[in-house]
Amino acid sequence: MLTAGLDIGSRTIGLVEWDGERFLREDIMFTGIDPVVNSQQLMNGHTYDRIVATGYGRHLATKRNLADEVITEIKAYALGAHHLYPDVRTVLDIGGQDSKVILVKQGGGVAGFEMNDRCAAGTGRFLENMALALGLGIKELGEHAMISAGKTVRLSSMCTVFAESEVVSLIGRGEDSHRVALGIHQAIVDRVSAMVRRVGQQPRFVFAGGVAYNPCMRQLLAKELGIPLTVPENPQTVGALGAALYAGQRIN
Amino acid sequence: MVEVQTELFSALAETRNENAGAIITAKEEGKKVIGHYCAYSPVELALATGAIAVPLCGNKKEPFLAADNDLPHNLCPVIRSSYDFAVTDTCPFFHASDMIIAETTCDGKKIMYEILQRIKPIHVMNLPQIPDLPMSITLWESEVRRLKTAIEKEMGIEITDEALRKAIHVTNEEARARKALFDLNRNKPALLSGKDLLVIVAQAGCSIDRMSGVALIERLTEEIKKRARQGYRVGNEKTPRILLTGTPLGENDDKLVSLVEEYGGLVVAMEICGGYKSLDVRIDETDRRDPIRLLAEKQVGIPCSVMSPNKKRIQLLERMIYDFDVDGVIDLTWHGCHTYNIESYWVADLVKNKLEKPFLHLATDFSDADRETLRVRIEAFLEMV
Repeated sequence: MLTAGLDIGSRTIGLVEWDGERFLREDIMFTGIDPVVNSQQLMNGHTYDRIVATGYGRHLATKRNLADEVITEIKAYALGAHHLYPDVRTVLDIGGQDSKVILVKQGGGVAGFEMNDRCAAGTGRFLENMALALGLGIKELGEHAMISAGKTVRLSSMCTVFAESEVVSLIGRGEDSHRVALGIHQAIVDRVSAMVRRVGQQPRFVFAGGVAYNPCMRQLLAKELGIPLTVPENPQTVGALGAALYAGQRIN
Repeated sequence: MVEVQTELFSALAETRNENAGAIITAKEEGKKVIGHYCAYSPVELALATGAIAVPLCGNKKEPFLAADNDLPHNLCPVIRSSYDFAVTDTCPFFHASDMIIAETTCDGKKIMYEILQRIKPIHVMNLPQIPDLPMSITLWESEVRRLKTAIEKEMGIEITDEALRKAIHVTNEEARARKALFDLNRNKPALLSGKDLLVIVAQAGCSIDRMSGVALIERLTEEIKKRARQGYRVGNEKTPRILLTGTPLGENDDKLVSLVEEYGGLVVAMEICGGYKSLDVRIDETDRRDPIRLLAEKQVGIPCSVMSPNKKRIQLLERMIYDFDVDGVIDLTWHGCHTYNIESYWVADLVKNKLEKPFLHLATDFSDADRETLRVRIEAFLEMV
């Protein structure tokens, strides 16, 4: 048996192959303007017994015959995280365009979830834009913030557009860019923690999605929530992994 | 996907449009028209004078360009669209109204009515908001009396107790017939889809001749029962049964219902205005006390979120979840409606904590901008059910 999980997100596409026992391949690329062509490139001509799509482009994937079936990213992240850590109870996924908290049942099912509002506040996209405003790459932003050693500047807006002009004016006023960067992280952490508390947090707490790569986010979140966070080796492919596993379950 | 039999509902769906024409003819024949916006309006007083009582339009797709000139953009879309209809003179019922009844239902509405008064006089009633206080009934009773005087003056007719009791009988009959229709969905599998329910909800109180409206609902109920005996069903035994509760929905707000039904769920019951919300509050016709007092008691019992504490809504929801064998609850809030938005805390407490059923709170508006983000939530919710 060989299945594939395809997670077509707003910023990246993830592909995971599963043979019923092991994961054979995990790949990631940017979604770009043609997610269908890019997904095909990721699949690279391989054939699978079953392909399950998830993420924003999931319905596009079935419409264009790339996938046999869809599940939501909520179900996919719960399944993926549960496979990696069978004692998982809470999953936080901060992706490119939205963030969500998922409560996981003992068997890996979804007990409840909460998602952010319709805009990019509190997501990876927000971090990208702020990094750009500070003249940094997305991968440098976390390290840059941690240099300020806890000294922070509070941002007053979580709106991506307003916060960007706020960051520009803070820098123009001569504020230390490390402190501003820390303020940017703190703003997301405040917002995401409120969402986590609304759903309720239980250990084990898995932090997934692209933003989990950011060391500053990991540190601030763990402190704010007062709970140790488990970050998977490849936090960005947990959804694709869940979809590949689900495809396997459907074959059996 | 769930099969939707709207053909059954075509006559009902046409009621409001037909009556838009009929109301003009009726006015030419000397009939008076009294418009209202909300379930709290005691339309029985209007009916008792022989006037036509009609709900005014408050539901259209964005944008509300005319409303946006005068009202804040982040106000609830029900208020903005009601105002937009009125100032653009595109609601035939507003146009035809000789008098308009409104209430201080919520903060947004009451100030909107102040501004709307520049176009047409509106009789605004002071709605109490703590339903369990005796003085609330006393206040509302005096407000119903003040309205009675205003209507008598406008119509040039005195409203007798006898005429009022007859009008109460008519609205009771409406509630009885509508409840019987909604109750068809206690069947499993269901007999009405969520889209069918939207048609029924949108036509609430729209018949010019109220008793012929009752007869139409009764014929529809009988027809569906007849078809059910021949095997007519909506969905099957396994279709997830969803209860929708929250802010008022109109026929055009099919965004949520169509997403639920697109993914194999079925909205089997609606605890909303025009739905099941006010059907329980009926006047006992054998009660010989002052009918004004009876009207006042009835209306303060309507479980809208403007009431605090609104225990009756939570009690009604619990009963409905049991009666309609509901698998999950969606609580809808229009952006800007604070009372429903905050009250979702208690609905979640009932559904999630007490009854341990899947619960989803959605905040949205009349636009399609968030259709995709709602899609993820609704799909994931149905995966849970």
